[in-house]
Amino acid sequence: MFDKYIIVTEGFRNTTTDGGTPDTVSGYELGIRLPYYRGLGLSMVESIDLIVDGTPVPAESLTLTVHGNSYAVTDLATVFDDRWEMGEIATLRVAQPGGLAPGSHDISVAQRLRISYMPVPGGGRDAKTLELPEL
Amino acid sequence: MAVHAIKRGVSFYSYQEEYFLGQLGIEDCIRESAGFGALGIEIIPEQMMRGYPHITDDFYRQWHGWMDKYGTTPVASDLFIDTKKFPDRWLTVQEQVESVERDLEIAHRLGVTEIRAIINTPPEVMEGAAPRAEQLGLRLLLEVHAPFHYEHPWILRHLEVMHRLQSPALGFMPDMGTYVERFPRVVTDHARRQGGREDLLDLIVATYDAHGDVHGLMDTVYYMGGGPIETGMARQATHYTWNDPRNMLPYMPYIHHIQAKFYEMTDEGVEYSIPYDKIIPVLIEGGYSGYLSSEYEGNRHIQDAFPVDSLEQVRRQHSMFQRLLGTGTETDTDTAKA
Repeated sequence: MFDKYIIVTEGFRNTTTDGGTPDTVSGYELGIRLPYYRGLGLSMVESIDLIVDGTPVPAESLTLTVHGNSYAVTDLATVFDDRWEMGEIATLRVAQPGGLAPGSHDISVAQRLRISYMPVPGGGRDAKTLELPEL
Repeated sequence: MAVHAIKRGVSFYSYQEEYFLGQLGIEDCIRESAGFGALGIEIIPEQMMRGYPHITDDFYRQWHGWMDKYGTTPVASDLFIDTKKFPDRWLTVQEQVESVERDLEIAHRLGVTEIRAIINTPPEVMEGAAPRAEQLGLRLLLEVHAPFHYEHPWILRHLEVMHRLQSPALGFMPDMGTYVERFPRVVTDHARRQGGREDLLDLIVATYDAHGDVHGLMDTVYYMGGGPIETGMARQATHYTWNDPRNMLPYMPYIHHIQAKFYEMTDEGVEYSIPYDKIIPVLIEGGYSGYLSSEYEGNRHIQDAFPVDSLEQVRRQHSMFQRLLGTGTETDTDTAKA
């Protein structure tokens, strides 16, 4: 029901380690939201599939940060004491030395959510073209 | 107009679009609702209360402060049960009861008395949680949501528990989405914008509006060449239901709160698909004395093409309620003064 709001247009950028210089780019990040009308415990976020410029990004390289708490996306199934709030912009960080080239990128995010009252998987997907700024 | 004690309120579910996008906060929702006389407040803790289920004392203080400031009354909260919290097993009945009891404590702190138990709450969980609800002076009300109705086997299982326990803490919260007389045109228009085939959309609407057999509609539409858009809309036609609102009358002793679902308040001030002019007289006849709590659910069908204005939609529904409830009741006198 909130699919079109999953990908946030602001906040897409390369990330750096301590130095903050182009040679320390460790990956990139973007803001994403749940396509759902309430918050959800993280153990029920079954998958977050990121596709950048047509290429699926391995789940093993993804980290999700909600209100300051960071989790490997592949570990979310065991997070029973934290939630992703409704409308909360979480940061999805991708570990990829060198990051992405500045300029336009086609981003697609699909989420599968385990909604207890639904007999079929819940979730949603969104695709947007985002502009990655220079460092 | 017959004498009645029906009161007007709003579920903040109605404002989900604006809340999601950070355009409205809880205080905004309270202030604006009070402005059009929706003085009974219903909130979904998991939707709006940050940090749920660990709610701070400060939040509760602020909440009650807002109620005093705007002259509103906390009336209802809505609970969910995450039966599928764990990837490899369902919650046990005892764990589900504990989940409900946790939400009863939150409801108690909010000062509400009516708690919406989501439709998937098992009868044995209602039974297990009833004693705590009684202790706190709360009512745990199973929502009767489309496509369910009072003769449905799932509801009958709940009625068995209610009849057996005779607990003042158990009852029903009917969702007016069980009285969809005409297929919501916001849904049809959405499917049309997505490129749905006109003849198939017409078939779905005509079948629904004739209150025809929708059981095989998804299949029929598929056999006729329909794709995801058309079969998706046919599926929705199986989830809306039309019942005679008089079907609530035998269950009035169990009904303590009404979720006044709606999809579209038109420029003419009526709900396009749900005939509140047929529903409200039945509630008056049945002696219903709780709240009509607005539940706007049209945003998802128009957000692709139009700005969503949930406040305006709820405001319009309340103008309609005022008209259908008549003036001169205690509630409306208060509203006029506010």
